[in-house]
Amino acid sequence: MSTVMLLFYMLSAVTLGTAFLAIYSKNPIHSAIWLVVSFFSIAGHYLLLNAQFLALVHIIVYSGAIMILFLFTIMLMNLNSDGEKKKPIVPLVLAGVLLVVVAGILVTIFMNAQPESLQYAATGKDFQSIKVLGKVLLDKEGFMVPFEFASILLLIAMIGAVLLSKKENTSK
Amino acid sequence: MENVLEIIGIQNYILLSALMFSIGIFGVLYRRNAIIMFMSIEIMLNAVNLLLVAFSTYHQDAQGQVFVFFSMAVAAAEVAVGLAILVSIFRNVGSIDIDELKNLKG
Amino acid sequence: MNQTLALILIIAPLIGFLINIFVGKKVNEKLSGSIGTLAILISFIGTIILFLDLNSNHQAMTVKLFDWIGTERFTIAFSFQFDELSVLWLMFVTGIGTLIHMYSISYMHGDENFHKFFAYLNLFIFFMITLVTGSNLLIMFIGWEGVGLCSYLLIGFWHKNQAYNDAAKKAFIMNRIGDLGLLIGIFILGALYSTVDFEGLKTAMEGGEGSYWISIAAICLFIGACGKSAQIPLYTWLPDAMAGPTPVSALIHAATMVTAGIFMITRLHFLFDLAPEVQNIIAIVGGVTSLVAATIGLFQNDIKKVLAYSTVSQLGLMFLALGFGAYEIAVFHVITHAFFKACLFLGSGSVIHAMHGEQDMRRMGGLKNVMKITYITFLISSLAISGIPPFSGFFSKDEILMTAFHNNTALWVIGSLASIMTAFYMFRLLYLTFFNKFRGTDEQKHHLHESPALITFPLIILAILATVGGLIAFPGKSWLNAYLAPLLHDGPQHAHHLGTTEYILMAVAVVGGLIGIVLAYMKFKQKNTVPVEDDQMQGVAKLVYNKYYVDEMYDATIVKPVNVLSKFFRDKIEVLLSSIVFGFASLTGGLGTIGRKLQNGSIGLYLFAFVIGICTILALMFIAK
Repeated sequence: MSTVMLLFYMLSAVTLGTAFLAIYSKNPIHSAIWLVVSFFSIAGHYLLLNAQFLALVHIIVYSGAIMILFLFTIMLMNLNSDGEKKKPIVPLVLAGVLLVVVAGILVTIFMNAQPESLQYAATGKDFQSIKVLGKVLLDKEGFMVPFEFASILLLIAMIGAVLLSKKENTSK
Repeated sequence: MENVLEIIGIQNYILLSALMFSIGIFGVLYRRNAIIMFMSIEIMLNAVNLLLVAFSTYHQDAQGQVFVFFSMAVAAAEVAVGLAILVSIFRNVGSIDIDELKNLKG
Repeated sequence: MNQTLALILIIAPLIGFLINIFVGKKVNEKLSGSIGTLAILISFIGTIILFLDLNSNHQAMTVKLFDWIGTERFTIAFSFQFDELSVLWLMFVTGIGTLIHMYSISYMHGDENFHKFFAYLNLFIFFMITLVTGSNLLIMFIGWEGVGLCSYLLIGFWHKNQAYNDAAKKAFIMNRIGDLGLLIGIFILGALYSTVDFEGLKTAMEGGEGSYWISIAAICLFIGACGKSAQIPLYTWLPDAMAGPTPVSALIHAATMVTAGIFMITRLHFLFDLAPEVQNIIAIVGGVTSLVAATIGLFQNDIKKVLAYSTVSQLGLMFLALGFGAYEIAVFHVITHAFFKACLFLGSGSVIHAMHGEQDMRRMGGLKNVMKITYITFLISSLAISGIPPFSGFFSKDEILMTAFHNNTALWVIGSLASIMTAFYMFRLLYLTFFNKFRGTDEQKHHLHESPALITFPLIILAILATVGGLIAFPGKSWLNAYLAPLLHDGPQHAHHLGTTEYILMAVAVVGGLIGIVLAYMKFKQKNTVPVEDDQMQGVAKLVYNKYYVDEMYDATIVKPVNVLSKFFRDKIEVLLSSIVFGFASLTGGLGTIGRKLQNGSIGLYLFAFVIGICTILALMFIAK
């Protein structure tokens, strides 16, 4: 087994395992921590696929911003591990069934397209370094307009978040 | 330089992504805590991102990665607003167990 | 020009109806009555013009309005036919109609629904015109039903009295039973000949030979005629129909509506000529009805009921004539009967008016000194109906009896007996009402007076007509036969040569009538017998007085089982059906209630639904190709 394969298997194990643990653990803070580890492993996957810039951005945005937000919210609400009620068995079984069904459907769909029969392109040309990525992202015929719209989206999200969490005036 | 995917094989990535997505769905359906449900949604998004990048390498095209950028931006925005809503609900109802939020019944 | 005239003739009564129905209440009585009378007068004048035209050149006219019903095999047009027969009928319908409208202005004075009365009368005349001028069986049927409807409306005119409403219902329902026969007959004819036009049927059937289906059609049509013209077994509605105001009885149940059956049979003479066994049946039914009704009339004490049974009896005589194929004679008797019967009814209305609503003859008497004009016209009409020459009734009744004698002696005997009885009970009525001393209360005696001019004028006109009406078909030189010949030319000739047999028969008839009059004179004038009160009747008299209990028999054998059946339907079948219908509603409600449970507000359930839905869609889109 080559190094790459080994690396891939390890990273996949970490990803799946921590993701599952994130869902399964009772304490929300534990969940958050497991999720951060999972994100790191996904960043590792990106590196494996030679998308360096994306790996770094992933870490900054997800682990560095989104999970921080989650942790703040969890601490704001003072959630404890004994916060949740006892759960009945039927939704568990049903959710498990649906897990299998969805996985099966997705794999079937993709496998029907038979991607592994095609030649993997190997031009040797650089297609994903920062330079090329920057060009594609900010090119006029590229993705400049969606880029600008994404920034507006973030602005709106910011304003929205501020508005939503304002305390209402108690005077009616 | 050969494509790394020739070693790993795209079907592995498909499987990985599908499994992660399903785990995310399991989390959304099973847990009752809204925060954990949100986290499951993030897992799902990540699965999709991973697959996008894999296929970007497969086609040697940068557009896949650009899409991932935008996906991440949207994910960030969504988390911000979603958590703000959750905080509002917590302030009004007192708990974020979704079994308590049943006012819209028919 | 003539076409416009014809249309005006038909529409005028309808317009009179509409005016009276919508604005009649707001105008005063005189105007409302005048509008009604004027409408019919316009029709009458139009009829006279058409009649004079037709009499000279015998050109029948058809006014077609539009094609009404189109089927694959034939088309039925909405058109009217003005030939000899229909114009003749129109003459006396509109003529007597005008007189009766005039009469009603005075008779119905003070009634709260005065305008409605005239509206209904106008509507009736409109439908009667449609009936006689329809150029196919279907238009005739419209008129047929319409006159039935107006009869119902007018019999039950004083609707606050439940007994009158029941009488109206009875009339309508019995008519409907007959109409079923009529409809079946129309269907059979339509199916056989692919047309229901009179002209078309005549061309198809004339000179042909009879068949099984033709006889069936003839019988069915005759049943329809029985219902409308009150023959056995559908006659019991006519005496009860006397519950309506007297002008109604005079117009509808003496002169016009009840003659519709005879009109129809005459119109379809070519059909009945092809079914001799049916003609036999018609003659027998007519004869028997005539006799039975005459016997019942012998014992009645209500002045209008006597006249009602007399009408049934005379109609029986007309059917007797039809049964021998003697259509012109039947038409002749229709006309003379219309004159003297209308006069009799209007006279009785005058008497009732003077007696302030009292109709029982046992409480009347001695009115001849107080109501001279009424008495004289009544006397003339009674002489006419008894068949005394030279009044019109003698000529028409005599022709019928002569025809009966030549064809079926038994029926001649029955007809003659009926005529003798007619003479007897008519003069019984006359003596009880107008002679000897007054038997009513002093209060009534105080108020006795002759009726106003609007009432006596029609009486005088009708009495004159009853006197001279015989001239239109004087034996040997019959204008009526010549007039109707183009229409009925294929029928057997019934102009009787006046030989010895005929003179003897005439003498026998006259003597019979005189015997009846003398018997009545002796019993009711000389001996001053007054019929006993209701609870003192016994034996045969009681049986006959109660109309042979025919009504009660109908009630027990037909009405009660129908009531039981309808109760069964109401209690069982309708409950079942409505539970099925409501069952659908409750099923839908139940499904709705179940469906509502999906919307219980639980986010978890919604999420499950999401995922299942996505799985299904993905599977259907990508896998199940």
